[in-house]
Amino acid sequence: MLDHFDPAIDPVFKAHNRSALIQRLAAVLPHDGLVTSVEGMRVYESDGLAAYRGLAGVVALPRTTAQVVDVLKVCSAAGVPVVARGAGTGLSGGALPYPDCVLLSLSRFDKILAIDAEARTATVQPGVRNLAISEAVAHLGLFYAPDPSSQLACSIGGNVAENAGGVHCLKYGLTVHNLQSMEVVTIDGEVLRLGGEALDAPGFDLMALMTGSEGLLGVVTEVTVKLLPLPEHARVLLIAFADLRHAGEAVAAIIAGGIIPAGLEMMDRPALRAAEAHVHAGYPVDAAAILLCEIDGAPGEIEDGLRRVSDICAKAGATEIRLAGDEAERLLFWAGRKGAFPAMGRLAPDYYCIDGTIPRRRLPDVLEEIERLADVHALKVANVFHAGDGNLHPLILYDASVEGEMDRAEALGGAILELCVAVGGTITGEHGVGREKINQMCSQFTTPEIALFSGIKAAFDPAGLLNPGKAIPTLARCAEYGAMHVHGGKRAFEHLDRF
Amino acid sequence: MSTSTASDADISGVLANRVREATARRTPLRIVGGDTKRFYGRQVDGEALNVAAHRGVMSYDPSELVITARAGTPVLEIVALLAGHGQMLAFEPPVFGAASTIGGVVAAGLAGPRRPFAGAVRDFVLGVTVLDGRGDALRLGGTVFKNVAGFDGFRLMAGAHGCLGVLLDVSLRVSPKPVAEQSVTVAEDWPASRTRLGGLMGRQTPLSAAMHDGKLLHLRFSGSNAGVERAVLDCGGQSNTAIDWEDARDFMLPIFTRERLWRLSIPHARPMPDLGGERVIDWAGSQLWLSTDASATEVRTACARVGGHATLFRGAQPGEEVFTPLAPPLLALHKRIKAAFDPAGVFNPGRMYEGL
Repeated sequence: MLDHFDPAIDPVFKAHNRSALIQRLAAVLPHDGLVTSVEGMRVYESDGLAAYRGLAGVVALPRTTAQVVDVLKVCSAAGVPVVARGAGTGLSGGALPYPDCVLLSLSRFDKILAIDAEARTATVQPGVRNLAISEAVAHLGLFYAPDPSSQLACSIGGNVAENAGGVHCLKYGLTVHNLQSMEVVTIDGEVLRLGGEALDAPGFDLMALMTGSEGLLGVVTEVTVKLLPLPEHARVLLIAFADLRHAGEAVAAIIAGGIIPAGLEMMDRPALRAAEAHVHAGYPVDAAAILLCEIDGAPGEIEDGLRRVSDICAKAGATEIRLAGDEAERLLFWAGRKGAFPAMGRLAPDYYCIDGTIPRRRLPDVLEEIERLADVHALKVANVFHAGDGNLHPLILYDASVEGEMDRAEALGGAILELCVAVGGTITGEHGVGREKINQMCSQFTTPEIALFSGIKAAFDPAGLLNPGKAIPTLARCAEYGAMHVHGGKRAFEHLDRF
Repeated sequence: MSTSTASDADISGVLANRVREATARRTPLRIVGGDTKRFYGRQVDGEALNVAAHRGVMSYDPSELVITARAGTPVLEIVALLAGHGQMLAFEPPVFGAASTIGGVVAAGLAGPRRPFAGAVRDFVLGVTVLDGRGDALRLGGTVFKNVAGFDGFRLMAGAHGCLGVLLDVSLRVSPKPVAEQSVTVAEDWPASRTRLGGLMGRQTPLSAAMHDGKLLHLRFSGSNAGVERAVLDCGGQSNTAIDWEDARDFMLPIFTRERLWRLSIPHARPMPDLGGERVIDWAGSQLWLSTDASATEVRTACARVGGHATLFRGAQPGEEVFTPLAPPLLALHKRIKAAFDPAGVFNPGRMYEGL
């Protein structure tokens, strides 16, 4: 499993004296700013990808930017790797501790520093929860748009590191589109201000580069986010299809029709049945797939959008089109979608969530191919995903207590990601590469591209101390991984058109 | 869909060879598309590397909301192709002439009146293929909106002025053209307009342009029929065509003919710097075009005081800074990033900053 770091193909660091390091860190942190006991560090041994576990050398809990600067200077001087961690809800093992690392928890950076109603921005510390921002500005008629499903728990610093998405990003953009500026500390303790108060800043767009860089380039210590006016109203349609293919075609037709829904989500039969049993949202359990399509805006605009979506779906072969009658029913429809992941517990003891993105027009083909791959690996898959932007979340169902099932799930996950690349998509739409997809990076990118990423990393962090072994594979890993995946000169998915 | 025309050509092999030679000989290159923005940025002394012949739309499927085109493709061709399918580039790129290329649009990173409401160039770049200094064609990003694999080197290309590599092709997110569009002019001074815009932007409105020319506030609303009608009514102004938004986008208003022209990027909620001279306020107060006798230091200091920055858009003297200088650690970081793409420093050296 990938929670094992391999010195032959992952970054390696010279050994350091742990007690000397602890002493130096203790000197720059508050009295409660270090966790050194094994029991205490267990809390930090994994993130949302709980199958991957590892122990840090020590956990540091700074409260101020100055303390982060000091911690990074100590680590830099000692050549010790640093893994920054937000709320630990990430799904790709991005916060998995590297052996003997300093795990830098930003959980104590939990203050909303300023809300500026006129500028429509909020300045927050990185440990502030995503949803807390929208809650704090709702009385001003504003909200922070990116809404990953973990928004109750996930932190804004982690959102920046992952360039988090969510249900509403089709219309309102990803994290990168909703940031105004950020304060970043580099591994050598330099404090940089990226972005600014204006709509652009001089020089390269380093704020965009930092967003989604998974803790490899610097540590974010403050974020100013853009706030948007709350939509006046929102209505949601539940649309059922007897054929998965028709549902996929309807999605492409809605977008081609010039409609940008606030959310456009799909669930297939296994997923919607589990969600229905879990939440009782009133989903039609005999459908092959359902779409949830939300339209928001002013009243006149909404009616127009709903009518056009209904017409398109009827033409695409929808068997039922149901408009949520009131706000309570709208929230109930969404509760089923939002509760779909936990509902998987009804189908299997464990599930493994995959996160590829594909061009929308390939949806029907790819869903069929995923079903075939699942059969090959003798596993079941449920699909719940952001159909509007082609971001798939196949949930591979397995039982970790059955010998070999976890390995089969991992293998199936890898095959699905390679399928996404083969049809012109990407291995990760919003969960990040982290540790989990480190091998598939070698499928998506060529050697010179991986070398460029390493060069960018080195421009910020020449010794490679920040979050080693994540996001960007070593060329040695790609050499080994590539050799493993070429079978008799044949490429994967030769029967599918490539783009 | 197939959209090829007779002038389509792939000269990436030729370009790659030129880059390899230049790197081997450490000869600076001046990357040229339509050469319509030669006035913008610092002077580059280098051999011209002409990209304009590398042209043609490579893929466009309206249902994917993405177009991929070679960098030399004329931007007007792309705009026309999209319009034929009811779509557009929402950042409204300024077009300085028919020769203007899509690669130049991305490299310059300039956006038109819709910018504060729709987003910047970098918000719409989904992927690029770029030649690095080794002559390797690197594919960064892709053609899908949600993509977090690898560093976002593709977004970095927007506004990098060709200092990081030679753009070969770009994939841009496109948007549906609004069904309805109406413009309104209101005779009021800037302070009154500022208050009005604060109200308009504090709620969801179909505002898609807001420019104050010194006497009049020009507003544009784009969206559904019902939404635009309501916005125009709420405004109390009269629907008219007192301003040509394409002229505003393409720098055809009188102020843009001034020999020395500043672009001030400033936070809309802060007091506007008063530097005398002639000015046009665009982007709902976030962008100020200024022709002034004030010195560069005065202009930059006044901008910095309100959290903004100033670009000497046109008319810089040789050796004069065009872009607001970066703090030394940030400039050093820029140089290291450039070196990762361009180890021999051959791409548009000095276009943004001395030594970059």
